[in-house]
Amino acid sequence: MESFSGRYKNLLVLAAVLLLQVMGLAMQVRRTVPQSGSDSHQVRLVRYWAVAAVSPFERALLAIGHGTRHVWSNYIDLRRVRRDNDSLRAEISRLRLEQASVAEDARQAQRLQAILAFRERYIYKTVAAQVIGTSGTDQSRMLYIDKGSRDGLKPDMPVITPDGIVGKVKDVFPKESQVLEVSDQTSGAGVVLESTRIRGILRGNAAGQLQMINLLPDERIKAGERVLTSGGDQVFPRGLPVGQVVSTEKDRERDPYINVMIKPAANLLQLEEVLIITQLSDHMTDAQQKDFNEAEATGLTNRRASDVLSEKLPSTQAPGDAAAPDLIHTPEANPNSVPITVKPPPALHPDRFSPPGTKPPALPAAKPPALPAAKPPALPAATKLPNEPAASEAPPHP
Amino acid sequence: MAIVYNSRLDAEEHGFHPLVSVLVPLLALLLQVYLPKYFHGFATFDLPLIVTIFFAVGRRHPISGTLTGAIIGLLQDALSGLPIGINGVTKSIVGFLAASIGVRIDVENSGTRFLLNFGFALLASIIYILITRVLLGTEVPIAWTRELLRAVANGLLAVPLFLLMDMTKRRP
Repeated sequence: MESFSGRYKNLLVLAAVLLLQVMGLAMQVRRTVPQSGSDSHQVRLVRYWAVAAVSPFERALLAIGHGTRHVWSNYIDLRRVRRDNDSLRAEISRLRLEQASVAEDARQAQRLQAILAFRERYIYKTVAAQVIGTSGTDQSRMLYIDKGSRDGLKPDMPVITPDGIVGKVKDVFPKESQVLEVSDQTSGAGVVLESTRIRGILRGNAAGQLQMINLLPDERIKAGERVLTSGGDQVFPRGLPVGQVVSTEKDRERDPYINVMIKPAANLLQLEEVLIITQLSDHMTDAQQKDFNEAEATGLTNRRASDVLSEKLPSTQAPGDAAAPDLIHTPEANPNSVPITVKPPPALHPDRFSPPGTKPPALPAAKPPALPAAKPPALPAATKLPNEPAASEAPPHP
Repeated sequence: MAIVYNSRLDAEEHGFHPLVSVLVPLLALLLQVYLPKYFHGFATFDLPLIVTIFFAVGRRHPISGTLTGAIIGLLQDALSGLPIGINGVTKSIVGFLAASIGVRIDVENSGTRFLLNFGFALLASIIYILITRVLLGTEVPIAWTRELLRAVANGLLAVPLFLLMDMTKRRP
């Protein structure tokens, strides 16, 4: 007669294998580090072996793919470089003007923060990394990047792209790291709606969509509103773009609450390169400070030109008015003055940047019915200030 | 052609070169984590599951099917970031059942292969949901339509893949 173990050998082996794995699962659930969500040492070891076995092949595939693409794209790039160069120059000019107008706001914000003893955190150091793989399943939203502890990466460091946030570093191995995307169900980030300043928690749902959860219905929440990081999660610095509000949905499990669906700013489905923020600081980097100073200088120059114009051209403000701003106004000269948002001056004459059919705003203003005596004054050469273009050469309206 | 074998002796058992037994699952795992980087929808497929079923029905040995499924599943868990054991348990059961069924039915037919993979993909989804809900206590919303579509997609992909992997078979 066949023994019990011989007869049910297959089932016994299956039961033993399942039992071992269930015990392993139970231990993992119990030992997971609650604060960081990182795995225990043993589990990390298993993951490390698996990653070490697969990542060399992933790197090889990546290198082959890049090599092929480079050969093709170099040829295509050569054909497009002149056109791209022109458009980039135009964009730089536009961004410089934008930056200049924002610089004053930033300076004001810094002063207010200093008054409130609020510590602003700047992105001081980042490490660029390439995405070499994914989790390969819809059930978890993970990425593998080609940088690890040897490059200074640590768990919980924020991962971003220039477009928006991506996630945070989960497990770090010597040469690779796992990144938990913000669209994963187990992730979480503190976010705020840009205009309404409504705060919430960002989380992924089962379909991998981003949503703000545990919010009460609010009429002010509109589609299209930008979502930024709030800095409250102690992972992401404040003010990084997250995405845009798409819609609101009722939370079926928690009745009074709603979920705000968000379209991510970064393309989480096809990421090639990411940046890992390895260091935050209370001060700007030298490069950031230089950019900021340049922006301020640009804004100052623009304002000088606009002030000169406003003085020379007819206006509703009487000359010699005490409330009139100084012709040359610098923060050093009057540090207590209220900053004014710098806007680029309007063009005096239509030029190649003006939209077709646009009338020059300065000329009709010279003949209003209320100011019949006013003539467009000639702009003498004396209006040209040191280190400043002549009024007629004022930067055109973007 | 008879689709039901009367006894285990009637069924044709296949063996695989040790290198094939190692490299094919590794390749499946590699493609599973690499291809979704470029084709996001590829994450719908479960190549390791298809490979598990293929080796299990090819060898027609439940213990071998269980162990193959367990190893492939554990490796997949290690790479996916999920708790290690979810796919291990799932694929152990699938490997065991596939090997047991492989003894009784003809698995050389494309229609049977589709049904086999469709059924096991659906079973894998059910086991995954059970483990995460009951064992891990995680709230996983159940979207049966999506799971059905996933099962159909895996069944369809399995047919050409099985034909491709048939070339690695050898008689013991």
